[in-house]
Amino acid sequence: MIINSRFFNRSELIGFIVLAAVLFVILPLSLDVFRLNLVAKYLTYAFVALGLVLCWGYGGILSLGQGVFFGLGGYCMAMFLKLEASSVENTKIQSTPGIPDFMDWNQITSLPLFWQPFHSLTFTILAIILVPGLFALIIGTAMFKRRVGGTYFAIITQAVAAILTILIVGQQGYTGGINGMTDLRTLKGWDIRPDHAKVILYFVEVVLLFACIGIAQFIRLTKLGRILVAMREQEDRVRFSGYSVANFKIFAFCMAAVFAAIGGAMFALNVGFMSPSFVGIVPSIEMVIYTAVGGRMSIFGAIWGAILVNFAKTSLSESFPQLWLFGLGALFIAVVLAFPNGLSGLWADYVQPRIDRLFASRKRKPGWNDNSVADGAPAE
Amino acid sequence: MFGDYSLGDLGSIFVMQGFAGLILFSVYVLMALGLAIIFGQMGVINMAHGEFMILGAYVTWMTSNVFQSYLPGLFSGYFFLAMILAFVASGALGMLVEWVLIRHLYKRPLDTLLATWGLSLMLQQAYRSVFGAREVGVELPQWMLGSLHVTDSIEVPINGVFVMCLTVLITLSVAYVMYMSRWGRQVRAVVQNRIMAGAVGINTEKVDRYTFGLGCGIAGIAGSAFTMIGSTGPTSGQLYIVDTFLVVVFGGAASLLGTIASAFSISQTQSTLEFFMSGSMAKVLTLLAVVGILMLRPQGLFALKVRK
Repeated sequence: MIINSRFFNRSELIGFIVLAAVLFVILPLSLDVFRLNLVAKYLTYAFVALGLVLCWGYGGILSLGQGVFFGLGGYCMAMFLKLEASSVENTKIQSTPGIPDFMDWNQITSLPLFWQPFHSLTFTILAIILVPGLFALIIGTAMFKRRVGGTYFAIITQAVAAILTILIVGQQGYTGGINGMTDLRTLKGWDIRPDHAKVILYFVEVVLLFACIGIAQFIRLTKLGRILVAMREQEDRVRFSGYSVANFKIFAFCMAAVFAAIGGAMFALNVGFMSPSFVGIVPSIEMVIYTAVGGRMSIFGAIWGAILVNFAKTSLSESFPQLWLFGLGALFIAVVLAFPNGLSGLWADYVQPRIDRLFASRKRKPGWNDNSVADGAPAE
Repeated sequence: MFGDYSLGDLGSIFVMQGFAGLILFSVYVLMALGLAIIFGQMGVINMAHGEFMILGAYVTWMTSNVFQSYLPGLFSGYFFLAMILAFVASGALGMLVEWVLIRHLYKRPLDTLLATWGLSLMLQQAYRSVFGAREVGVELPQWMLGSLHVTDSIEVPINGVFVMCLTVLITLSVAYVMYMSRWGRQVRAVVQNRIMAGAVGINTEKVDRYTFGLGCGIAGIAGSAFTMIGSTGPTSGQLYIVDTFLVVVFGGAASLLGTIASAFSISQTQSTLEFFMSGSMAKVLTLLAVVGILMLRPQGLFALKVRK
């Protein structure tokens, strides 16, 4: 097998250009600010989907707790923004000025210790990356070193998501409870609420997304990515070849967690609040579905999955709220039963051969079948 | 913490909390029994298990309404018929689901999780469309109301006692079916070695279908019992599904005894803690302890020693 020396092969390059054109040019020019902000919200899930491609599609580790990392990232960002919004002047009607409003409502009179460092933006940005990363490291080490995987891992991550949600909802005074952290206003004095700020934040998010795509693509192309695939297919054989399977799994899981956390932080910035309804089991499983619909093996597919499923959700639940759950449920079943590789699988099966033929007919004699040997098929 | 109570009070509190825990234990056991069969024996992650349970609850509710309107004289005994109907309805739906969906996915256990989650969303919406979004409660027959006075400070509600007796009965019958009957032997044979079981003449597809149906049917009975102690809404099933999976995993997936032991320890821990702190913190601490123990001992409490 020849390792591709180019960063993107031809079809990936087309995918990259199309996605870049849509996100950087077409959508900002054609949508109003409200709709663009909705796209920004969908794209926060694209970060999670991207992480799941690495961890689930390539590593074979299904995590049902990505909402935990999305939430941790989002809450870190929201805590910083909330502290800035709760300056002494803004909160002088409270019985204790200078602390977030929900603390005041819950008879807490001083800022808790773990909130203190979130006055600093540098610390916050570090925390967005490190807190979920470390958390994933702990869970991953505990599970993978003991060779727990597959369904057990899925159930345990799900339980972690449940625990965190109950904790956030229960500790209202420290976390804002079920309402979450609302009324986020400024970032270092820069108002994040007006239209022009939303547009700037959208572009910041798209740039970050492309940075993450670059990282994911890099991981995929290096030996590391190949080991992940090998591990998914024949875990024991990789282990007997002398690789530490657990460490690679932990790495993939941590990367997915960090991507999800960046998505969460961008969510808090773009949408202007953070609440436990984005942390629990239901959102976590929905995030997996975005990836599955887009294609668990395809970086660009997963991003399209996140955008399209969310778009369908918004438009369907606006007009037919009853149909939406039926549609989503049917989508789950259809994706699993009929096309397990999702949209990108359909693309690769039906659209890609035509494009290839188009290119091939220019270069070679017509009738040459370029696609007869699948390039991912391992030689036994 | 204990200063304000006398020793006798404390004893009563522990007994009462213990009894509340026993009711939770019954719900856990009834739900986990079905799941232990489906997940533990077949390896299928059925995320729609809660919805099968709720189907049983709705069947019970409908039966009670029918009895109230047409057969008020027999109302005191409606529950026994309702339970059978709930078992049949959930079991039949389970067999249908197995035939349409699950049998294509035995080799991809993680995908059963996604597909059954989709199924659970559709069932929830179906319940919402048919029965309405509001929670419904059944009217209990006269003999189930009230409570038994054990001592001056200890009272136990009769419906709780009834649900517990039911749990014991169902657990014993499941244990009998799984470990004593010819059919149970076939199920275990298929689980241990599908190809060999087929080779000695067991119809593995049929066994799979009936096993899944039995698991779902028991969930239906669980739902039926659940109406005795709480009200039913379209999403009630989802509240219990993660807890139930933890119960099964914590007990050691393939062990019936382990399931019961873990249901007992989880429910007792939770209800005892609930007295000392808020309900949410009690739940967080219980689940954290379970997850922590599972990280140290992934095979669960009672592990089956099998060569893989």
